[in-house]
Amino acid sequence: MAITVSRPKLNWRERLYLPAIVAGLAITFKHFKNLLLGRTKVTMQYPEQKWDGNLPDYYRGAPALVRDEDGRVRCVACQLCEFICPPRAIKIIPGEIDSTDRFAKVEKYPEAFDIDMIRCIFCGMCEEVCPEQAIFLRKDYAITGFTRADMVHHKEKLLEIGGVMHGVVLKWNKKK
Amino acid sequence: MTPESFLIITSLLKIVGILFIVILPMVSYAVYAERKVSAAIQDRLGPNRVGPAGLLQPIADMFKLLLKEDFTPRAANTFYYWLAPCLAVMPAIITIAVVPFGSTLFGVPMVIADVNVGILFVFAIASLGVYGIVIGGWASNSKYPFLGGIRSSAQMLSYELSLGLAVIPVFLLVGNLRLTSVVRYQIEHGWFIAPFIGDWTNPWKWLLTIPMIVSFIVFTIAIFAETNRLPFDLPEAEQELAGGYNTEYSSMKFSLYFLGEYAAMITGSAVIVTLFFGGWHLPGIPDGSHGWIFGLINIAVFFAKVAIIIFFFMWVRWTLPRFRYDQLMRLGWLFFFEIALVNIFVVAAIVPFIQ
Ligand code: SF4
Ligand code: SF4
Repeated sequence: MAITVSRPKLNWRERLYLPAIVAGLAITFKHFKNLLLGRTKVTMQYPEQKWDGNLPDYYRGAPALVRDEDGRVRCVACQLCEFICPPRAIKIIPGEIDSTDRFAKVEKYPEAFDIDMIRCIFCGMCEEVCPEQAIFLRKDYAITGFTRADMVHHKEKLLEIGGVMHGVVLKWNKKK
Repeated sequence: MTPESFLIITSLLKIVGILFIVILPMVSYAVYAERKVSAAIQDRLGPNRVGPAGLLQPIADMFKLLLKEDFTPRAANTFYYWLAPCLAVMPAIITIAVVPFGSTLFGVPMVIADVNVGILFVFAIASLGVYGIVIGGWASNSKYPFLGGIRSSAQMLSYELSLGLAVIPVFLLVGNLRLTSVVRYQIEHGWFIAPFIGDWTNPWKWLLTIPMIVSFIVFTIAIFAETNRLPFDLPEAEQELAGGYNTEYSSMKFSLYFLGEYAAMITGSAVIVTLFFGGWHLPGIPDGSHGWIFGLINIAVFFAKVAIIIFFFMWVRWTLPRFRYDQLMRLGWLFFFEIALVNIFVVAAIVPFIQ
């Protein structure tokens, strides 16, 4: 059923438009004046002023690999994060640990671990799925580069961003 | 030096001076000012990265536009497509020729061409500006520019009338069409926006103020429509027509349209200042025949007034929403046309009593 929307009847003063226009001009001029007098609060000037100190702990920035207390790379190249990653940003080449090593045959290690930051959507799935607590989303958000290749974070870069993280999941060294 | 060569040399100096030292920088800085004013009105800061307070922004913009690809759509009519931006920018700049922007400097009148058809010249040339838009819209061979072009022609047609009628009262009083005489008259009898100044006791002068203000309002609104500024920027209508007539343009051709719009705004303001705000006259400051310093002050006064009117243009743009197309037509034909017409008779009735 069609509904007729009744329009308000305007009196002659409203129909003249001009009073309303002048009122509008007065409002915008107030804003103009306040900004010139420095009374308006404007937004933060980003590259000079940053909010970094106030980022919450659960902030989801760039994903990064972490080392444990002993300096070992936590990642065991299980590739769960590679499979879960919605935009398929992660590429892992697992490698076998040298047979002379204490941990040979127990673990794998990532020979290459690339995260394409053009693809990454900072969803945090990789962090959630990782059984070893090896990948975390840190607070870096300004990821830039001049080429596509620049935007791929390799293993070294990821470890550099990640640093050391103490977690509850322990690798094999304690059980052996 | 013969008088002829003196005239030619001074005219050339004036053209070069006014065009390259005043108008073109003013156009590019009007764009900057527009961005700053809009920012201030919307509680933002506006451009502030390039140079101190963003003052080099227009130059950076120009480089950006120069480096863009100059793209011509395959379906476009190339000749007209290339011609249209020039047509948009030229009339706006040519019009300034007849506007007196100062008194005299070293005895040389500060107007490029003091023709006796002054205001008619302004209307004749300024209305050519619509061809730039209509041809651009048509030659692009694309929907939105085409709609923009159509709207533009209809809008110009309806507002040109009120524009012409609104200034007739001024010329009823002055008695001729020369813009320098308009300024002279205002110096002797008070500015047209406030004709009672200097003649406080004359009730007819007070009565004259009402039709003059009506005339001023109609003229200013018509200039808004003429220069495609909001609330009458229907040919451009960013949100409806994706830029209207300039949708298909890029690079320098686009920037020519852009400059044309601002140049038109500057000449429009200059005409408003000349007709209603006493041109280069400021009470208490003598004209250039009393020394070159006053000549310079007169020029400064004129451009200061123009700047104020330009600010008003921007202020209105960032305040009012756009009119609907039918509202625009109704306003033009049913209100302004009649008001301007009646206004002429009112002024004509008053004129005998004040002379
Ligand atoms: S980061 Fe975690 S989920 Fe990804 S491969 Fe390494 S251990 Fe597996
Ligand atoms: S944060 Fe999300 S998108 Fe980015 S790498 Fe991890 S799973 Fe992939």
